[in-house]
Amino acid sequence: MSLALVLEQLLNGVQFGLMLFLMSAGLTLVFGVMGLINLAHGSLYMIGAFLCAAVAGATGNFWLGLMAGIAAAAAAGALIEMIVIRRLYARDHLDQVLATFALILILSEGVRMVFGPFPLYLNVPDSLRGTVSLGVVDYSLYRLALIGFGLAVAVGLWALIAKTRLGIQIRAGSTDREMIAALGVNIRALYTIVFALGAALAGLAGALVGAIQSVQVGMGEPVLIVAFVVIVIGGIGSIKGAMVGALLVGVIDTMGRFLLPRIFATFMDTSQAMGVGAALASMLIYLLMALVLIFRPKGLFPAHG
Amino acid sequence: MDNLRKEWLLNALLAGALFAVPLWAWMANEPFIITLATRIAILAIAAVGLNIALGLGGMVSFGHALYLGVGGYVAGIAAYHAFNGTTVMGLPGTNQMLPIWGVAMVVSGLVAGIVGALSLRTSGIFFIMITLAFAQMGFFFTLSWPAYGGEDGLPIFMRNQFPGLNTARPWELFLVAYGVLLVTLALFAMLRAARFGAALMAIRQNPDRAAAIGISPFGIKLVAFVLSGMITGLAGAMMADLTRFVSPAMMAWTMSGELIVIIILGGVGRLFGPVAGAAILVGFEVFFGGLTEHWKLWLGLVLLAVVLFARGGLIGLIAGRAQNG
Repeated sequence: MSLALVLEQLLNGVQFGLMLFLMSAGLTLVFGVMGLINLAHGSLYMIGAFLCAAVAGATGNFWLGLMAGIAAAAAAGALIEMIVIRRLYARDHLDQVLATFALILILSEGVRMVFGPFPLYLNVPDSLRGTVSLGVVDYSLYRLALIGFGLAVAVGLWALIAKTRLGIQIRAGSTDREMIAALGVNIRALYTIVFALGAALAGLAGALVGAIQSVQVGMGEPVLIVAFVVIVIGGIGSIKGAMVGALLVGVIDTMGRFLLPRIFATFMDTSQAMGVGAALASMLIYLLMALVLIFRPKGLFPAHG
Repeated sequence: MDNLRKEWLLNALLAGALFAVPLWAWMANEPFIITLATRIAILAIAAVGLNIALGLGGMVSFGHALYLGVGGYVAGIAAYHAFNGTTVMGLPGTNQMLPIWGVAMVVSGLVAGIVGALSLRTSGIFFIMITLAFAQMGFFFTLSWPAYGGEDGLPIFMRNQFPGLNTARPWELFLVAYGVLLVTLALFAMLRAARFGAALMAIRQNPDRAAAIGISPFGIKLVAFVLSGMITGLAGAMMADLTRFVSPAMMAWTMSGELIVIIILGGVGRLFGPVAGAAILVGFEVFFGGLTEHWKLWLGLVLLAVVLFARGGLIGLIAGRAQNG
């Protein structure tokens, strides 16, 4: 097991974590500000990926596709918020889970009707093909760019929330909804903007990851569940928690899948070690979440006190 | 007619129809319809289990597919070892439904006990997510554990047997499922009417007041959660025998979602809610699935409409709001 391989896996883990952060940031904002569990967040990820693949395929330009993916996810998010989600803020969690579960069915079938049942393929843009040397390891340039993208978005999001007027309203909204409405902030518009912002981030993640995986119906749900793990670990409603949780989950999941079979192989036969190691590795992040909830029931960085 | 009587009439109608339709299909030699009715009955048993936790106790478990899968794997593993004459942890396999059901309920009860004891420390969205996380652990464990088929699942070559009946015949298997459904429904009704049920509903409505009159919320909820998991586990063992196949898909999060959907479509906390919901879901799938390949779009729209506009489900729509909701 060479240092280069370990470093490569570590970078993959960070890259996975940052993409998870893009997903989790929207989820945690929506829960923090509006108190809503949105299972359909994965569908927005899927919409971003499909639109990016379709536009990139038609124009031959990945960046145009990326813009289209983000715009489509944001527009879909705003529309869904105004038609359905708005009616759910005052409801209990069960109603929110069910209504957004229904939205998954509707959006998945809708995408299947528009784009057909087969996966689409999205190529990595020409300018980001190939590998780049990082001393001991040659690493995929595209994955490195994803790390850069993720960090840039994280900084942008932090600036938006910490430094702008909209950010002040978002922070105030997550602390006391009634009070900021009483202060004259248009709370309905604010909710739509926050939801569309989260949707845009999910669409961005979908489009970026779509280039290294296949773009297909149902691609959003596995990521969605992991993103839930992230925000529960980080503390629901906290952007900082989402960042820490996403990196933890990304690195632990990737390194677990890489290391556990090798560790078990040191004291049992190889094929058995592969099986046990893989089984344990796939459960690792859920174990981590259960542990966090047992010892810190409100997550690592509780948003409210 | 008052609502209570309407509900009893509707319940009798549902119970009667779920028996009469397959009876007719048996006489008309339509095994497909009998199998559909069996599937409705088994899904309804699973949902009766969830209805104890969700309907009576207000515990939104988004991971009940775990118990369905545990029950299914107990049946699959027992049949597998009976088929090739090997042992598992020193025990021989079996192809008899009754001992399999017993083991399925014990094992899923144990799993529910562990999950419940840890999850009930949290509430609200955290409870939803931690139950989901435990189900995902089971899903990924069965997916990557190679001993019993892993990803490919585990076929049951010969359907397990029930004393005095030939379970290979659809009608006789239906009778088994229908009988078990009636027993679990009776159990649910008794539980709801007992002191235990009253305590459980009191905790759902207001845990602080319940605690103030001397009811310990944690213990009562945990017992209800374990019972709930055991019944869903029983349904899992029966589901495995119906399809003669067990796979990780039984533990998929969509299955947990479907069980909640069944209860909502039928009516949360209502005795026959699971039966009505399972019949609607399976009926919808067969009817609209035959008309259009995009039937899930319509299911989504109907579900959305029920959540937004008809919160009592079918039974609530016909028989008004729950008496004890």
